Amino acid sequence: MTPATGATADLKELKDLARTMRVDIIRMIEAAGSGHPGGSLSVIDLLTVLYWRFLRHDPKKPDWEERDRLILSKGHACPALYAVMARRGYFPVEALKTLRKLDSPLQGHPDRLRLPGIEFSTGSLGQGLSVGLGMALAAKLDKKDWRTYVILGDGELQEGQCWEAFMAAPKFGLDNLVAIVDHNGGQIDGPVKEVMDLEPLADKLRAFNWEVQVVDGHDLAAIEKAYLGARLAKGRPHAIVAKTVKGEGVSFMENNIAWHGSAPKKEDADRAVQEILNGK
Amino acid sequence: MANKATRESFGEMLVELGAKNENLVVLDADLSKSTMTQAFKKKHPERHFELGIAEQNMVGAAAGLALSGKVPVLTSFACFVVGRLEPIRVSAAYNRTNVKIVGTHAGIGIGEDGTSQMGLEDVAAMRALPHMTVLQPGDDAEARQQVRWMIEEHVGPVYLRLTRQKMPDVHADGWTWEPGKIDVIWEPAKKPAKYQATLIASGGPVPCAVEAAQELEKKGFAVRVADAGTLAPFDGAAVARFAKDSQRLVSVEDHNVNGGLGSAVCEAAAERGLAVPVVRVGLRDFGESASPAELYDKYGLSAPHLVEACLKNLD
Ligand SMILES: Cc1ncc(C[n+]2csc(CCOP(=O)(O)OP(=O)(O)O)c2C)c(N)n1
Repeated sequence: MTPATGATADLKELKDLARTMRVDIIRMIEAAGSGHPGGSLSVIDLLTVLYWRFLRHDPKKPDWEERDRLILSKGHACPALYAVMARRGYFPVEALKTLRKLDSPLQGHPDRLRLPGIEFSTGSLGQGLSVGLGMALAAKLDKKDWRTYVILGDGELQEGQCWEAFMAAPKFGLDNLVAIVDHNGGQIDGPVKEVMDLEPLADKLRAFNWEVQVVDGHDLAAIEKAYLGARLAKGRPHAIVAKTVKGEGVSFMENNIAWHGSAPKKEDADRAVQEILNGK
Repeated sequence: MANKATRESFGEMLVELGAKNENLVVLDADLSKSTMTQAFKKKHPERHFELGIAEQNMVGAAAGLALSGKVPVLTSFACFVVGRLEPIRVSAAYNRTNVKIVGTHAGIGIGEDGTSQMGLEDVAAMRALPHMTVLQPGDDAEARQQVRWMIEEHVGPVYLRLTRQKMPDVHADGWTWEPGKIDVIWEPAKKPAKYQATLIASGGPVPCAVEAAQELEKKGFAVRVADAGTLAPFDGAAVARFAKDSQRLVSVEDHNVNGGLGSAVCEAAAERGLAVPVVRVGLRDFGESASPAELYDKYGLSAPHLVEACLKNLD
């Protein structure tokens, strides 16, 4: 399957899809009884535009050699990735109910040996961009045109390994590598600003010789434009700093760190789903 | 009687010890809510350092604090902190700094979060480091005494491995933990000439071992349970004593059998030329996501499996 191209009219459809998948996220974490709603809701729009508009992939042939690679380095947000994969046809939507259950391919953090379509097993923060770097190097070596996308958390960027990868990618001129930062401003012990400030983040990345765009990570048209920009990058790797809201779409979860890693009980889940369905 | 996760006991002791020890400092890497250092942070904000999701920097910073007269306690999940093995090797072990490394969320006992969050090889790595003391409590009383000892008495690097899950008391009130010793925590009512087995357990599955021994007693088999709260240096002399009066030794750990308690028991027996079979119960693979109880069952750590390990034919 090749990516559908740009008609803006489809953005409404994508918006509806993103809404459906927000509901998937809430329901699947509710059923699991544990998981990470905040960072899943902040990243879902970024994933939606990528999987429906940009990623070259074939859900029926997850090991297709010419596919683009996507690493969800902030692996705890996998409910968002699972929702996208299910809605895109990698596996039945029904299976979302098995999240975190015994013998399920939908592990608490993505597991490439259990779920076809997962490029790299994550959950330990900080490793994804280095692995993406290696993939991008391999594509260059083989003169292939597939691209590598890595989605990172902002808290995750506190890991030194991320910066080792940021340092290395420009050296090799990896214009086939895109780092997407889900910049929702929250982590576990508090706001990123208080735990360990990253600012000025975009300037730091520019100083590391990356091309950088800063976008609203919930504005589908803006995301689309940013991905297009990244595709045009020549000679340098491309970073997209997406300003997002942790818990986006559910008022009582938005910017509330308590919802980083706790599952809603039925009552809260129902309330969340109502809000999402009535939402913007 | 307590029914407490050993990480909770640790968190409470930090507050207690921090009140009288001005040199005690605590370092965190964005998991203070899970490693239970929040109470200390509230009481002594000036002696708490939040370093963000950056574990290797935390290890190095702790070494610097230790070399400047502080007693640093650094915490994260066992897998993430021991993941920074080489910085620990050099900054803590080789330099023999007075760094106290606390790894919580040991083993498959964490359940649903799955393999990437489970410390399953940490004991093996830490046990291989010279100068490193490795401790793993089996209940609240043991955890409290170990925390006190590593902060107030022992000078040198320590790795303390703690559970996410609650642990019932296995030690009687007033029991005293002896550093470096394996202690017997359960005996059958009638002491046999020869035990069917001695179960040597550590950490999360300690209560399963006691449950198994009680079940075996009902079936007419005499099995005792020992708790290895210190994994390095290892109490090989205790293994030798058990080898003399037991038909087999069964090691039980929520950790890979290679390099952990099971290996330590085998090494102690082999190095002393003791002809005793050792059944190693523990992980032989990575874990996965499911409830802790389901995982203890699937990976052979629950009481029925330990009963089986004590009785099954050896070939
Ligand atoms: C190496 C490592 N250290 C600690 C953790 C525990 N942890 C899981 S999520 C998280 C916070 C992540 O924050 P961020 O990257 O900003 O993700 P988001 O806010 O988007 O959920 C932490 C510390 C981990 N998974 N990996």
